[in-house]
Amino acid sequence: MSNSTNKGTDFPKLVSAGADAVIVYLGEGISVSVNQQVLAAAKAVEEQLSDVVLDLVPSYNSLMVYYDVLRTDEPEIRERLRKTLSDLTSDDQEQNGKHHRIPVYYDESVGPDLARIAETNNCSIDDVIKAHTEQIYRVYAMGFAPGFAYLGEVSEKIRTPRLDNPRKRITAGSVAIAESQTAVYPSSSPGGWNIIGRTSTQLYDPSSGTISPLNVGDEVEFYAVSKEQFIEEGGDTEALS
Amino acid sequence: MMRIIEPGMRSAVQDFGRFGYLSKGLTRGGPVDEHAFLWANRLLNNDFNAAQIEVTLGGFEAEFDSDCQCAVTGADVELTLDDERLNNWQNFKVRAGQRLKMGYATAGVRVYLAVQGGFQVEPKWGSCATVTRDAVGGLYGDGSPLKADDELNFNEQEFQISRRVGWTYRPNYEKTPVIGLIPGFQYDAFPMSAREAFCYEDYEVTKDSDRMGIRLSGKALEYDDEGLVSEGVNVGSVQVPANGQPIIMMHDRQTLGGYPKLGTINPFDLGRLAQCQPGQTVRFTRIEGKVAQQQLRRFYQFFNVRLACQAGDNLRS
Repeated sequence: MSNSTNKGTDFPKLVSAGADAVIVYLGEGISVSVNQQVLAAAKAVEEQLSDVVLDLVPSYNSLMVYYDVLRTDEPEIRERLRKTLSDLTSDDQEQNGKHHRIPVYYDESVGPDLARIAETNNCSIDDVIKAHTEQIYRVYAMGFAPGFAYLGEVSEKIRTPRLDNPRKRITAGSVAIAESQTAVYPSSSPGGWNIIGRTSTQLYDPSSGTISPLNVGDEVEFYAVSKEQFIEEGGDTEALS
Repeated sequence: MMRIIEPGMRSAVQDFGRFGYLSKGLTRGGPVDEHAFLWANRLLNNDFNAAQIEVTLGGFEAEFDSDCQCAVTGADVELTLDDERLNNWQNFKVRAGQRLKMGYATAGVRVYLAVQGGFQVEPKWGSCATVTRDAVGGLYGDGSPLKADDELNFNEQEFQISRRVGWTYRPNYEKTPVIGLIPGFQYDAFPMSAREAFCYEDYEVTKDSDRMGIRLSGKALEYDDEGLVSEGVNVGSVQVPANGQPIIMMHDRQTLGGYPKLGTINPFDLGRLAQCQPGQTVRFTRIEGKVAQQQLRRFYQFFNVRLACQAGDNLRS
């Protein structure tokens, strides 16, 4: 069949992403092992193709490679990518990301979907909070908006589909879940995820020069804080509109 | 210094864009019509990246307190300096105290106003490109567009000889453009009917278009496969949401997305698409990636665009 490699799989698969980019698919769907391969590929490409690469965007199962058309062309970069990717060994996948702990004030005043998630999943609000804080999440992708990290995977006990009608405005710092994913809204924006609480941790603040401490491959753990702690850390208690 | 009297519907500072932060979710920004932008800088012997003002649909007015040389390209607007009528797509001298005024665009959407040496605006993360959605860039660094009484500085420069863009290089924004599509991303997963519809049917630019995306209306494009896991989205990517009406992602696009994509617009044609007014018809045609790449290379070489210097050490910090 076409596109088969000598390993007998369809991956890595290189596909055009425009006149100045190629997208590399490392596998299908959402899994830690595929995402680890994406990261390993990103690291290798960054090291070995730094003379022509302008930007790299790792996601769940793919890596976008933006390159300088004045220094290379598509056939050449495809060949170099194939070479770089075929040299990857399983050892390259074993690097550990950073671990981040993010405080969350879980309360209905700032987490208007807590009660509904509890009801949908036949449990109490405390159970929802417990399930959300027990898990250690992986940053699978960053994007959509600056500093927005897609974290997985949410415990099956509290998975809830996106809202049918997205809210017009979600306050910055809102902690949310959608199916198996959880995230913090780094800035105020419209959004359709279920809001369960709010953090005082800034994940995007152009005025202070912070884009985000998070990178794909990092680990994130949430822990519950009281209203007093949340306010002390500079948290915004304004109710969600 | 130049003081804004009337910013019109929307005016914002743009340089060529912010490169190297896509992996953090920060988008590129920059002029949606790179062709018109680069011509304005070239007319003034500016660096390709010198900051200009992108004016949406005209209606802009500003006063200068020092002598300088300017150029206006892009959408067709009536241009006056005090009472004197000026031509677009050429450089012109401005004396201290004079007022530059733009009428409303009769064709095209974005007007570019450049000053010799470029407007001096503090860069944020390597660029002063205004991205309002990301709250970054622009005169105050916070992504806000320009407003009345804002003052923009520039370095006074020696006057230079008059230059204008030859007629053959000037686009006619009223004409129905034929825009190149480089097949890519999920192209092979789209049914033949969708691939053919996009390249053989007429599409209309809708009024919901903005710097994030040009929204089209026309024959709906079918896509049978399951939804995608979010992946990178390039400037020019042709995204097809559930209703089948394609959206061409522009410079303020989101960096990741989960909608299937038919491919990417030839960057050389993208500026022409950006200049289509709501209701205007556009046609698409397949183009080989290799051909588009050669065009892009010549385009960058002609305007002396150097992107590597832009990204610097930002790459995956």
